[in-house]
Amino acid sequence: MTSRFGKAWLIAGYIFLYLPILTLIVFSFNDSKMVTLWGGFTFKWYGVIANDTEVVDAFILSLKVALMSASASVLLGTLAAFAMVRYKNFWGRTAFAAHINAPLVVPEVITGLSLLLFFVLCERLFGWPDRGILTIWAGHTSVGMAYAAVVIQSRLLEMDKSLEEAAMDLGSKPFQVFYLITLPMIAQSMLAAWLLTFTLSLDDVVSTAFLSGPGSTTLPIVILSRARLGLNPTVNAIATITVAVVSIGVFAGSLWLSRQETRRAAEQAAAYREGMGLAVAA
Amino acid sequence: MQQSKQNTVGQAGDASFVRIDRLTKRFDEVAAVDDVSIDIRKGEIFALLGSSGCGKSTLLRMLAGFETPTTGKIFLDGAEISKLPPYERTINMMFQSYALFPHLTVAENIAFGLKRDRMPKDRIAERVDAMLNIVQLKPYAKRKPHQLSGGQQQRVALARCLAKSPKLLLLDEPLGALDRKLREQTQFELHNIIKKVGVTCVLVTHDQEEAITMADRIAVMNSGSFLQVGQPHEIYETPNCRFVADFIGNVNLFDGVIVGDEPDHCVVETAQGKLYVGHGITGNLGMEVSVALRPEKIELQRAAPSDREFNCLAGSIVDSGYFGRFSLYKVALAGGKRLQVAITHSQRHGELFQRGEEVFASWLPDSLVVLTS
Amino acid sequence: MSISNQAKGVRRALTRNWGRRTVIGIPYLFLILLFTVPFLVVLKISVSETEGIRFQDLMSYADGVVQLKIKLSNFIFLSTDSLYVQTYGSSIKFATFNTLICLAIGYPFAYFMARSPANIRPALLMLVSLPFWTSYLLRVYAWKGLLDDHGVFNNLLIWLHLIDEPIKMMHTGFSMTIGMVYAYLPFMILPLYANLVKMDLRLIEAAKDLGATPWKTFWLVTVPLSKSGIIAGSMLVFIPSMGEYVIPELLGGPSTLMIGRVLWDEFFSNNDWAMASAVAVTMVGLILVPLAIFNKYQADTGGVRGV
Repeated sequence: MTSRFGKAWLIAGYIFLYLPILTLIVFSFNDSKMVTLWGGFTFKWYGVIANDTEVVDAFILSLKVALMSASASVLLGTLAAFAMVRYKNFWGRTAFAAHINAPLVVPEVITGLSLLLFFVLCERLFGWPDRGILTIWAGHTSVGMAYAAVVIQSRLLEMDKSLEEAAMDLGSKPFQVFYLITLPMIAQSMLAAWLLTFTLSLDDVVSTAFLSGPGSTTLPIVILSRARLGLNPTVNAIATITVAVVSIGVFAGSLWLSRQETRRAAEQAAAYREGMGLAVAA
Repeated sequence: MQQSKQNTVGQAGDASFVRIDRLTKRFDEVAAVDDVSIDIRKGEIFALLGSSGCGKSTLLRMLAGFETPTTGKIFLDGAEISKLPPYERTINMMFQSYALFPHLTVAENIAFGLKRDRMPKDRIAERVDAMLNIVQLKPYAKRKPHQLSGGQQQRVALARCLAKSPKLLLLDEPLGALDRKLREQTQFELHNIIKKVGVTCVLVTHDQEEAITMADRIAVMNSGSFLQVGQPHEIYETPNCRFVADFIGNVNLFDGVIVGDEPDHCVVETAQGKLYVGHGITGNLGMEVSVALRPEKIELQRAAPSDREFNCLAGSIVDSGYFGRFSLYKVALAGGKRLQVAITHSQRHGELFQRGEEVFASWLPDSLVVLTS
Repeated sequence: MSISNQAKGVRRALTRNWGRRTVIGIPYLFLILLFTVPFLVVLKISVSETEGIRFQDLMSYADGVVQLKIKLSNFIFLSTDSLYVQTYGSSIKFATFNTLICLAIGYPFAYFMARSPANIRPALLMLVSLPFWTSYLLRVYAWKGLLDDHGVFNNLLIWLHLIDEPIKMMHTGFSMTIGMVYAYLPFMILPLYANLVKMDLRLIEAAKDLGATPWKTFWLVTVPLSKSGIIAGSMLVFIPSMGEYVIPELLGGPSTLMIGRVLWDEFFSNNDWAMASAVAVTMVGLILVPLAIFNKYQADTGGVRGV
């Protein structure tokens, strides 16, 4: 039971978390160049960003990079998660583990800088790559891979290992075990990992700044440059759209998950009662 | 080797259908399975009985193919399988957690192994149907595992194992996950299905009741080795060492010295008196031995039995427990030793002994077993 | 064994290892290429002779002599220049404050979330996840709107006639700290919640049964049991805070020296790649110990849960 103090703390906490977001949304409808001085209700800023080629192009680019980065991250992250969970002993395992965990916390200025200098070196030696979509993608994937690995590792650890053994016992070769049994069971985690890395890529600003070149500006870069100059109603409009999309996604996802949970629990309970009934009758 | 009276399936020459030859498995320096050899008859249900850490699960996993032996060989129906991976062995295992695939229906679970064999679809459907009939789960074919009760899940697991008609069936603690009532019922069902199908079976358990009721032969394991192998009543009534005597059921152990040794009997001098044992032993006078006596073999009387010179001790009841079918008494003998006595209530209004009563405990010479280790 | 069986065995061994090698090898290759090698490059450049963005090789061979030039001047400068030393100290200070405040706010929050009735917990979790999934750049920007001289708070206070002149809240340590706490709070709450919600409540009951007051139970049982959650959350907040750029840039000011911003400026404004590299290397040195703690935590628990 939550005490009154507890309830108060939770409410205060949620207000703290949501107040800034709400002000962002409210002032995106403000008919005034002075963002925080209310001048009437309007949709005009949304029209402005719809026609703003800088914003639109940046958004499309961000989307492209995010799609590629998320997919690559989940692919590599799944392999990495497997290596960590299923193979207890291989040469360089501790170093591997450190590499998988570090991107989760290492500041982006470091990862951005090092990747950039690496690519510059490659350019000097091989004439490739140019700074652009590929380099941004590489930066996002190197971090996304670590996040994906963590999410999938967690699921793999929860999974009953005897399921894979049972599959082998019944005649599946190791690769068949993977795509017949393991893959369906981690599918939901893989989706979660994909969404996570997609979002991270979409939002990434610091390493993108290091790794982008002329003509490859992502949306966060645009937002950052505008925000540095001061308050800007177009940024509010972009923010509102983002929050709206994310909210729908998170809400729908949570709803679907909890529905699944309740249905599953109900089925298990029904089966149990049935089993007990049979045992008693026998 | 004696032919078991229960075994009706065996043929001559099938006495070593499964041969385990000097099998050892070492993890670092520790031998989980230590130089074990045994021949298992075709159609036999063979139990590996022991407490956790004795190596029984490791041995089972080596049979299944999930562990590779350090040294030694395994033969199945004449062919060596020691190094084969699990998916190439005609052996199937029922896991303790059942390991039913949660995203597949009951029918798909059972069909899984058959699909790996590239069996034609209609034959698979036939076989799945037959299996469902054997375990009586026909109406549940389209359900998913989480929609089944524990007992039903176990039956699906069994059906899945038997679908491929394996040469050897392995059971890992088959009754472990079930509650008491279900356990008793399932014991018989499981036994019947396995015998009906006629498959050779090795089961692993720490529960002696499970082993005794289900198996044709039991191997009692400790620290990676077999202490005794035999039929359930042999293990129970004629244990070959203290560990086995103590592990199975309850037992009273007397320490003593051989003072009389004849072909058909021997006499052991113990702190509680002389024990006249109804069988001869290979040993010498003066050898230190233990003598085992099962609680249910002891009779309690209030008056001293007139015809007993040996095998009768006086004491008083210090503890009693009523178990419905029988009562368990602890009798304190002279010198402090406590005797466990189990008296079956064969009459409704039979006598119950009270705490503090003076009694005489007596038994037949045949009820004693001398243990030399 | 017959010849064909032996051949089969060899082929099997090869394919088994091959599968394993690909699974480990591919991600490993990527990680080394995208993480280790770049860092080595940074290391190298930090000790190279440079002219702006061009840098010379460390080793050169001429007239039969191998010359190795390692220029340590950048590092010497970094460790002796008072401004830099101050900046490191300031970064550590702000990162520590951030972690402690997030812990102080986040732990009770996660605790009360975990102890709420089971049917509203999913909703509570969802409400915390939403800010987590929203772009952090935008969330930081939101505070600009709130704390600006003509921002929401000031406007409100003036409108309520509580003050006449706007309070200067922006570009101070205060604004930056609020921004940091706001941005990182979900990273503290989520692992703590994941840990607390799995805690065996019977242990709490046992403690109470043995006579411990709720307060004592909290400190003697709940907190120690949630240690791994505390470490996870703290490392997830502390380490990235050290190298923060966006928040100091948008909400901080000249008095809030943060090393991440310094690195950025060295690179983008001064075009001094060698110096930027040296700063990066030093930063890594500073976070090595917390990184090691985080790594060990991951190894012990097998991964961060609740994300």
